[in-house]
Amino acid sequence: MLSFIGRSIIQKIITLFFVSVVSFLIIHLAPGKPSQVDPLNPKFTPEMVERFRKEFHLDKPLYIQYIYFYRNLFTGKTVSWKDNQSALKKIWERFLNSLPLFIVGTILTWTLSFPIGIRSAIFRGGFYDRSSTFFSYLLISIPGFFFAYILIIFVVNSFHVPVIGMETFGIGDPSWPRWLMDRVWHLLLPSVLGATGGIAILSRYVRSQMLEVESQDYVRTARAKGVPEEQVLYKHALRNALLPFVTMFGLILPGLIGGSVIIESIFSWPGMGRMAYEAILARDYPIILTVNFISAVLVLAGTFVSDVLYMVVDPRIRL
Amino acid sequence: MDNILLSVQDLKVYFIGNERVARALDGVSYEVSKGETVCLVGESGCGKTVSALTILRIIPQPPGKIMGGKVLFNGQNLLDLSKEEMQKIRGNHIAMVFQEPMTSLNPVFTVEDQIQEAITVHEMVDEREVHQRCIQLLKDVGIPSPEGRLKDYPHQLSGGQRQRVMIAMALACDPDLMIADEPTTALDVTIQAQILNLFQELQQKRQMSLLYITHDLGVVANIADRIYVMYAGIIVEQGDASNIFHNPCHPYTQGLLTSLPSRAKRGSKLHSIPGTVPDPAHKPGGCPFHPRCDFAIQACGTEFPRVCDYGEGHLSRCPVLYENKVPKVPKMT
Repeated sequence: MLSFIGRSIIQKIITLFFVSVVSFLIIHLAPGKPSQVDPLNPKFTPEMVERFRKEFHLDKPLYIQYIYFYRNLFTGKTVSWKDNQSALKKIWERFLNSLPLFIVGTILTWTLSFPIGIRSAIFRGGFYDRSSTFFSYLLISIPGFFFAYILIIFVVNSFHVPVIGMETFGIGDPSWPRWLMDRVWHLLLPSVLGATGGIAILSRYVRSQMLEVESQDYVRTARAKGVPEEQVLYKHALRNALLPFVTMFGLILPGLIGGSVIIESIFSWPGMGRMAYEAILARDYPIILTVNFISAVLVLAGTFVSDVLYMVVDPRIRL
Repeated sequence: MDNILLSVQDLKVYFIGNERVARALDGVSYEVSKGETVCLVGESGCGKTVSALTILRIIPQPPGKIMGGKVLFNGQNLLDLSKEEMQKIRGNHIAMVFQEPMTSLNPVFTVEDQIQEAITVHEMVDEREVHQRCIQLLKDVGIPSPEGRLKDYPHQLSGGQRQRVMIAMALACDPDLMIADEPTTALDVTIQAQILNLFQELQQKRQMSLLYITHDLGVVANIADRIYVMYAGIIVEQGDASNIFHNPCHPYTQGLLTSLPSRAKRGSKLHSIPGTVPDPAHKPGGCPFHPRCDFAIQACGTEFPRVCDYGEGHLSRCPVLYENKVPKVPKMT
């Protein structure tokens, strides 16, 4: 166990190094230039462009730039080229904005998918199963932005609450219950929207897992022992059906930094996804690379967590 | 007869799918007396397992459907019981050991968890006693150092040991009837013999009845008091073990006996019954065995064979052999 953890961490660090090199190269290979050093930009004279190039180390060979960038990243000195603000601070602010969306969305997804999926597996072929299948496929196939607009129109027209942004613009300094309700209304739609797709897909997985496990011999054995049906399903079957989801649980970590570009754009939510998207458009290399690096760390941490979790829940796996 | 523990009467189980109905059991009757070992013999797919699962009512429904018949256990029809009442019978009065020890144990629970559960679902016992009983059960089924094995997970055990654990689980509540569904098929020969001995030993010690389901006549010869030969969802012949082995009166039984490799002369071609078991959704009319039968006459294809009585409880569903009085016995030596 300990040797597995040690080995795994070393492997992940090596992977991280390669990820950093490749992502650095890809960003620099991408067509276009940061707007500050674009010779076609009418705002800057050639002398200013030259000064920016020096300032950003863009005049140096790539490997030097690579070293400069990661040295700055690890000493916390990376700054955005756009506004000269600390990249980490900028990301942290945006991260805090995205966090409620992520938490509510994840909780909704994981708490609703399982009961829905398990119930349709138990009553397979029945009315409940058929209708949940229908709605799952409906939600999977409907484009997110379209569904979002329908929901926005519905909520705004029937409840007369504004839902765009993180809070009502110009709300001033209301009493705290009003402030809270305002926040909740603004949070509700984007997180529900973010969760619907997840619920639709995950509940299908849960259903098929549960169906597969239910037909296993050991479930029949449990029945033959005289174990009550609920215990057969929720102890013997469910425990096995959940195993693959433990792996998936580790993989939601990267979602922390990814955010959702589409939902954040629709709702004008100042979150991570939108910031990363805007940074890519502006070729703001430090921001792009920092976000990229953090998400790489989170992906690797996520796989590590799921490996360890898997080992904990499945006695057959000893790494 | 007071002595009868289990009596299956005219049991019909169909599997209803889209546009096809598989008649897995087509009126099966058999009896198991107290303390007796009864073997249910037949090729794969003839309905042996279905009949066992029906006794415990753990046939998947749908697609399975019990169309008729009775399962009398101690005079009580199990098919009339409520779910809760049936639960109290399962594992407690009737226990079952399955064919596949590799997949029949739950991989995420320890041996102790699983045996313990078999006890605690039926009895209120305190933890210490349950633990002691688990150890005793593992000892009874011949597992060395049972204390250590209790903490093991199924994947840490060999196939033979897993089957022993399955048997221990089945024995947990001291059942009156044990149903063993091909318990040795997945094991290699030496282990097979050990498990068979174990069954016999346990059965004699505990005075329980054993319904042993198998396709292996070699096994049957070792343990059976009485034998039921099944074919395509019906019982084609029944009788005492000696009658079935020495005087088989149904062509199918005769075919099975001559198919035993040990009976063949070295160098001669192994005998086999031509054809395969009919698809339960498309059974031939009349006697289901007639397309594969050497003795078939025209009437076999149209008339359902009646039961012919040879005395001593030896019954066969082949009027052709009965009337011609030519038990074409493959003489055994």
